[in-house]
Amino acid sequence: MLAYIIRRVFQSVIVLLVVGLVAFSMFRFVGDPIDNMLGQERTQADIDRLRTELGLDKPFPVQYFKFLQGAVEGNFGVSYRQGRPVSTIIAERAPATLELAAVSGFLAITLGIALGVFTAIRRQGFAANAIMTVSLIGVSLPTFLIGILLIYIFSVELDLLPSFGRGETVKIGNWSTGFLTASGLKALILPAITLGLYQMTLIMRLVRSEMLEVLRADYVRFARARGLTDRVINFRHALKNTLVPVITVTGLQLGSIIAFAIITETVFQWPGVGLLFINAIQFVDIPVMAAYLMLISVMFVSINLIVDLLYYAIDPRLRIDGRTA
Amino acid sequence: MSDLTQKPAPAPSRPSRLAQMWDSDFAYAFRHSPVAIVALLVVLVLFLAALFAPWIAPHNPFDPATLNLMNGFTPPGQPNAFTQDTFLLGTDDQGRDVFSTILYGMRISLFVGISAVLLAMIIGVILGLVAAYVGGWVETLIMRVADVQLTFPAILVAMLIFGIAKGFTPPEYRNQMAIWVLIVAIALSDWVQFARVVRGAALVEKNKEYVQAARLIGRGSFPIMFRHILPNVLSPVLVISTISLALAIIAEATLSFLGVGAPPTQPSLGTLIRIGQGFLFSGEWWILFFPAVTLLALALSVNLLGDWLRDALNPKLR
Repeated sequence: MLAYIIRRVFQSVIVLLVVGLVAFSMFRFVGDPIDNMLGQERTQADIDRLRTELGLDKPFPVQYFKFLQGAVEGNFGVSYRQGRPVSTIIAERAPATLELAAVSGFLAITLGIALGVFTAIRRQGFAANAIMTVSLIGVSLPTFLIGILLIYIFSVELDLLPSFGRGETVKIGNWSTGFLTASGLKALILPAITLGLYQMTLIMRLVRSEMLEVLRADYVRFARARGLTDRVINFRHALKNTLVPVITVTGLQLGSIIAFAIITETVFQWPGVGLLFINAIQFVDIPVMAAYLMLISVMFVSINLIVDLLYYAIDPRLRIDGRTA
Repeated sequence: MSDLTQKPAPAPSRPSRLAQMWDSDFAYAFRHSPVAIVALLVVLVLFLAALFAPWIAPHNPFDPATLNLMNGFTPPGQPNAFTQDTFLLGTDDQGRDVFSTILYGMRISLFVGISAVLLAMIIGVILGLVAAYVGGWVETLIMRVADVQLTFPAILVAMLIFGIAKGFTPPEYRNQMAIWVLIVAIALSDWVQFARVVRGAALVEKNKEYVQAARLIGRGSFPIMFRHILPNVLSPVLVISTISLALAIIAEATLSFLGVGAPPTQPSLGTLIRIGQGFLFSGEWWILFFPAVTLLALALSVNLLGDWLRDALNPKLR
C-alpha cells in the first residue's frame, strides 16, 4: 500500500515538473523577457541590471528552480497584455468560473441521477425512450453548438434570458458572486446548462446501466418477495449500490467541467478563467498561458491522484499487485 | 507425358475479385445496414463536394474581385434588393456566397481532420508497436506518458499544444503556420488511442507462431514489427481512425470557433460558425445555420460509420 502511494505521488510530481519545464521554456525562449519589460528608451546598463535582478544570467537549472519556487508561491509574473500580476488577474476571474462549474456540476449530478433512475425503472416507457434518444443526440452535438442553440431559443426568439456576461455581481470580500442578484442568477442559467449537459448525459447513462444491473440482482428479487414497496426497493436498495462507480466517474469529470468551461465561457462571454486563457492564446500572453497551464495541471493531477488512491482503498483486488495498467 | 506439358485446365470459373468482395461477410453486413449506407453516402457527397470545391462553388469567396459588397446579407434563395443576384444559401456581411464559403470551409476542416488523424495514426502505431515488441523500460515510458495524457481531455491538450506552439512561432509566420500547428496539436492530443490499441493487439500477435518463425529465419526486429505484425493489427486501427476523424473534425471546429484554430484568411467550418454567431441577433440566421448543419452532418455521419465499422469488424458481435 505504502509503496503504491509513494510511486503514485512520485509519478504525479514528475508530471508536474515536466509541465513546469514547458511553462518555463515558454517564458525563457519566447521572445526576450527583457524586451517585454523595458520600453524603447533603455541603456545597456539598464538591460544588464534587470538581467541580474531577474536572475537571467544564472544557469538554466537555477533559473528553472527559481521559476518553480515562484510558481509554488503563486507568483507567475506580470501579464504582457494587461500589465498587472497574473495572480491578481486569475484571482479576480476565478469566482466566475468556480460558480459556473459548481452550478453545472450540481445540475449534472442531480438531474443525471434522477433521469438515470427514471429511465431504468420505466425502461419500456415512451418518456424513457425519448430521453435516451435525446441524450444520444446531445452527446454528439459539439458543446459550442448547444450553447448557440440555447442562445437562439431563449435569448433571440423568446427573449427570456441574457446571452452573455454574468449580470450584476455582489462583492463579498475578494469574491464577486452572481448568486445574490436576479440578473446574476438569470445569466447563470444558460451557461450552466450548456456546460452541464454533457456530464449529465454521461452520469444518466451510467446510473441507468448500473441500475438495470442491480435491479436484476437476487437481493432485489428477495426484497420484492418480502413485499417491500417499489419506492423502497428502487431508492433504498438499488440506487445505493449504484453510487460507487457514479462517485468515481463524477470525481474524474470534475476536472473536465473546468476544462470545458473554456468553451462555454467563450460562447457566453462569461468573464472567467477559461475566457482569460483563450484571450491569452490569441494575444500570445505568455505569463497568463503559463500560469493557466500550471494551474490546470495541478488540478488534474491531484484529482486523479485522489481518485486513484480512493479506488485503491475501496477495491481490494488492486492490492494484490501494485500495477494499475 | 503429354499431360504435364498441357496447360492446367482453368479452375472451375472462380468468381472475380469484385464478386468475392460483394459476397464477403463485411459487404453483406454493409448492404443490410441502412444507417451505414446513408452515412457513407453523406460522407462521400460531402467529401467530393469539398474536394471539387473550386469547380462546384459558384463563387470564389477568397477572390475579392468577384465580391460585390452590395450583395451583403442576401437571404437564401431570394434576389438581392439592389443587384437582383440570387444565392442558394444567401450571403454574409461582405457579400460572400455562403454555399461557396461552406464548400471551401469544409475543405479546410476535412484537410485538417484527415491530416491530424493520419499523423496521430503514424505516431500511435509506431509507438504502440515498439512498446509491445521491445518491452522493458521503453514500454513503461511510452505507456506511462499515454496514461498521463489520457487523464486530460483531448480538446484541452490540443488547446495547450496550440498555445505553446503559437508562442514558439515567430509572429510573422503565425497565420501561415496556424493550419499546420492545428494539425500537429490535434494529432498529439489523439495518438494515445492508437498506441494503446496497437500495443494491445501486438502483444497478442507477438507470441504467435508466425512471429517466432520469422525470428527463427533471422529477420530483424524492424521487418518483423512492420511487415509481419503490423498487417495483423490493422483492423482495430481502421475503426479507431474513423471514430478519431469525427472527433478531430469536431476538435478542429471547436478550436476554430474559439478563435485559436484556423485563421480568418483560411476559414474552416468552425471559423464560419464563429463569424455567423455575430449575426444571430440581427436576424441573418443563414450565415450561422448552414455551416452548423454541414458540420453536424459531417461529424455525425463519420461517427455513425465508425460505430458501424466497429460492430462489423468485431467477431464477437457476429
